[in-house]
Amino acid sequence: MTDVLKIENLHVSVEEKPILNGVNLELKRGETHALMGPNGSGKSTLGFAIMGHPKYEVTEGRILLNDVNVTELEADERARLGLFMAFQRPIAIPGVRLADFLRHATTNVRNPERKEGEDLIPMREFRREIKEKMNQLQMDTEFARRYVNDGFSGGEMKRAEILQLAMLQPKFAILDETDSGLDADAVRLASQSIAQIGGEEMGLLIITHHDKLLEHNPPSHAHVMLGGRIVESGGVELAHELHSSGYDRVRKAYPEAAAMEREMQDEEQTV
Amino acid sequence: MATDITDTGVQSPIGEINKYDFRTTSKGVFKAKKGLNAEIVHQISDIKDEPDWMRKFRLDSLDIFNSKPMPKWGGDINLDFQDIYYYLKPTEKQGKTWDDVPAEIKETFEKLGIPQAERQYLAGVKAQFESEVVYGSLQEDLAQKGVIFTDTDTALREHPELLKEYFGKVIPPHDNKFAALNSAVWSGGSFIYVPPGVEIEFPLQTYFRINEESMGQFERTLIIVDEGAKIHYVEGCTAPMYSSESLHSAVVEVIAKKGSRCRYSTIQNWANNIYNLVTKRAMAYADATMEWVDGNLGSHLTMKYPAVYLMEPGARGEILSIAFAGKHQHQDTGAKLVHCAPNTSGQIISKSISKDGGRGSYRGLVRVEEGATNTKCSVVCDALILDPESQTDTYPYIEIMEPDVAIGHEASVSRIGEEQLFYLMSRGLSEAEASTMIVNGFIEPLVKELPMEYAVELNRLIELQMEGSVG
Repeated sequence: MTDVLKIENLHVSVEEKPILNGVNLELKRGETHALMGPNGSGKSTLGFAIMGHPKYEVTEGRILLNDVNVTELEADERARLGLFMAFQRPIAIPGVRLADFLRHATTNVRNPERKEGEDLIPMREFRREIKEKMNQLQMDTEFARRYVNDGFSGGEMKRAEILQLAMLQPKFAILDETDSGLDADAVRLASQSIAQIGGEEMGLLIITHHDKLLEHNPPSHAHVMLGGRIVESGGVELAHELHSSGYDRVRKAYPEAAAMEREMQDEEQTV
Repeated sequence: MATDITDTGVQSPIGEINKYDFRTTSKGVFKAKKGLNAEIVHQISDIKDEPDWMRKFRLDSLDIFNSKPMPKWGGDINLDFQDIYYYLKPTEKQGKTWDDVPAEIKETFEKLGIPQAERQYLAGVKAQFESEVVYGSLQEDLAQKGVIFTDTDTALREHPELLKEYFGKVIPPHDNKFAALNSAVWSGGSFIYVPPGVEIEFPLQTYFRINEESMGQFERTLIIVDEGAKIHYVEGCTAPMYSSESLHSAVVEVIAKKGSRCRYSTIQNWANNIYNLVTKRAMAYADATMEWVDGNLGSHLTMKYPAVYLMEPGARGEILSIAFAGKHQHQDTGAKLVHCAPNTSGQIISKSISKDGGRGSYRGLVRVEEGATNTKCSVVCDALILDPESQTDTYPYIEIMEPDVAIGHEASVSRIGEEQLFYLMSRGLSEAEASTMIVNGFIEPLVKELPMEYAVELNRLIELQMEGSVG
C-alpha cells in the first residue's frame, strides 16, 4: 500500500483569525507536488498546520496520514509518523550542537517507541551516517559541531534543513520556500540534493515562488493557493505557467478567492 | 533528644518543608543549645581548643553580627536566629544516619549513578571517604611539594601563623551580617596553601578531604596561592546537599598572589528549605588570574555573589555564574569585580534559569576605583524563563571613578520560545527532551569550563530538575 497524506476540508485560524478556508489535498508517497500562490495566500500556514504548530488552530476538517487522523497530535508524534517540514526561517538554538540534536531526532524518528532515557543510536553508527550524508551534500563535516542555526548564513540554514531531511528520511516532507534567500547556484545545489537524498521515495510538497527548485524534482502535480484555498490544480505545466505569467489570470478566474485575499491583506494592514 | 522540625506545628514559610523528614540523632554528639550568644561562641572555641586571638575574633564578630541590620536587598529572609543550632560536634560514626537522608536526595544520588560510599559521604552521613588510599598518596605527593590541604580547624592547630596572617583579611567580619555570623560560629571548611611556583595539574577536590565537617553550615574556606603557583579547586560537586538546619552561611576567601592562577569551581544543589547565604571573595595581585565557576541549584533562597578584587596591575578576574530557580526558590546570584589598579581586566558571565514559579535575579557590581586606568571589563547576563509563572530580574551596579576604561554590559532575557520548542519537536523530540536540550544549550558556556565528570553530572542534574521529579 502506498502511503498517503490527505488534507480534508482544512480550516485553520491563527489567533482566531481564519487563514485557511477549506483546503483539500491528497499527496502520495513518491509524488512531488508544487504549491504556489501569492504571498499571504496561506501556503506556509498549510505547512505549519500539517506539521502541528500549536499556534495554528484547526477549526474544521482533518489531516490523515494513511488512515491515522493526526490532526490533534503533537508535532513530535507527527514527526515520528513520518512527517517533516523544512522551514523557511529555521530558528537558532544556541549551545545545542547540530549533531547532538540530530542524533536525538534520528533515534526518535527511527524508533518511535523509544522511551525517554533509553539509548540513542550508537555514536559510531550515527557519525558514519551523518558524515556520509554531509559528503553527499558537499558540507564540511565541522558544520555538525556548530550550534543549531546559530549564526548560520541563509544558505547554511537551508543546507542544514536539507541535511536533516536526509537523516530523518520522512515519508512526507514539506519544503517551505527552501529556495528563498539563495542564489541560483545554491538553489540548483539544493534541488539536486533533495533529488539525490531520495526525493523520489518521499511525498514532497514544495512551496515555492520559483521553478528552479523543481528543476531536479519535477512535480507531478501543481496547486495554486489563493485566499486560503486551493483554487486550481494541474500538472507541471501549471507550475511553469504561473512562474512565467503570475497570478492575475488566477485572480480573475476566482473572484471570490481574490476578494478573500484582499480582505485578509486589509486586515493584516489594520492590525 | 531529637530535633524534628516537622513536629513544631509551625507553618513553614517555605511550604514544602514537610516533604523532608529532618532528624538528627544526638546520641554521642555534642550539640550546643539553640540560639546565638557569647556562651555558645565560648563553647565552640573551648571544644576546638582555639588560641585566644581566634576566640576574640569570634566574640568580636558576634558583636558585629548583633549590631548589623539585615540586608535590605536581595531575597526575603525569614529566619529566627535564636531557633538555630550553631554548633554540632560530629564524632566518628555518629550523627546522621542514611535513614535520615531525604528520599528525594537518595533518589537523585541513584539517578546520578553515584557510588554508595560517595553518596553517604556527600550526604554528610559518612565523614570519611572510603578512598583513603587515594587520599593518602595524593596527600603525600602534595606534601612533598609543600602544599597544605586540610580542613580549616586542623589548619588553625597546625599552621597558626598562616591563619593569623590571612584569616578574615579578605572578608572581614564587618563586611556583611552573614560574614559576621560565619566569623562568630565558623567550623570546618577547606584550607589550602600552595607554595610559590607550584603548579597542581589535577583539580583538588573536597572529595579527597578527610574532614568530618565538610558539610557544615558555617564552613570557612581559605585558599592562598603563592606567587606563580597554580591550582584548580573543586568544592562540593553536583550532587545534592542537605543540611538538617535551615541556614547555610559559608565564607570563602582566596588570595591569589603575583603571577598565580586560581580557579574555584563549585556546583551546589541544596535541599529546598535552605537559606544559602554565602560570601566568596578573592584578592588578585599583579598578573594573577582568579576564576570563579559557581553554580547554584536548589535552596529556598540563595544570595551569593563571588567577587574578585583586582589589587595590582595586570590582575584578571573571571566569574561564571549559573543559577537554576525552581518552585519556591529564589536564586539571587551574580558577581562582583572591583578594579583597584591600572591595566586590570575582568569578565562576568551570568546565566539564570527559572521554572515552575522560581525566581532568578542577577545582582552584580563592577567598580573601577580612581586611578585604575586602562581597565577592561565585560558583563554578559542572560536569563531563561521556562514558563509564565517564573520571574527574573537584573540589578547591575556599575560604579566608575575613572574615565579611561572599557566596560561592556549585555543582558538578555528569553523565554523558551514556542518556536524553539516547535522546531525541535517537529524533528521528533518530545517536549521534555526539547526543553532540556534548550536549557542544556543555554548553560553550555559554563559546562565547557567544568572538568568532564562535573559537566556530565551537571547536565544530568539539570535533566532531573527539568523532569520535575526531584527538588
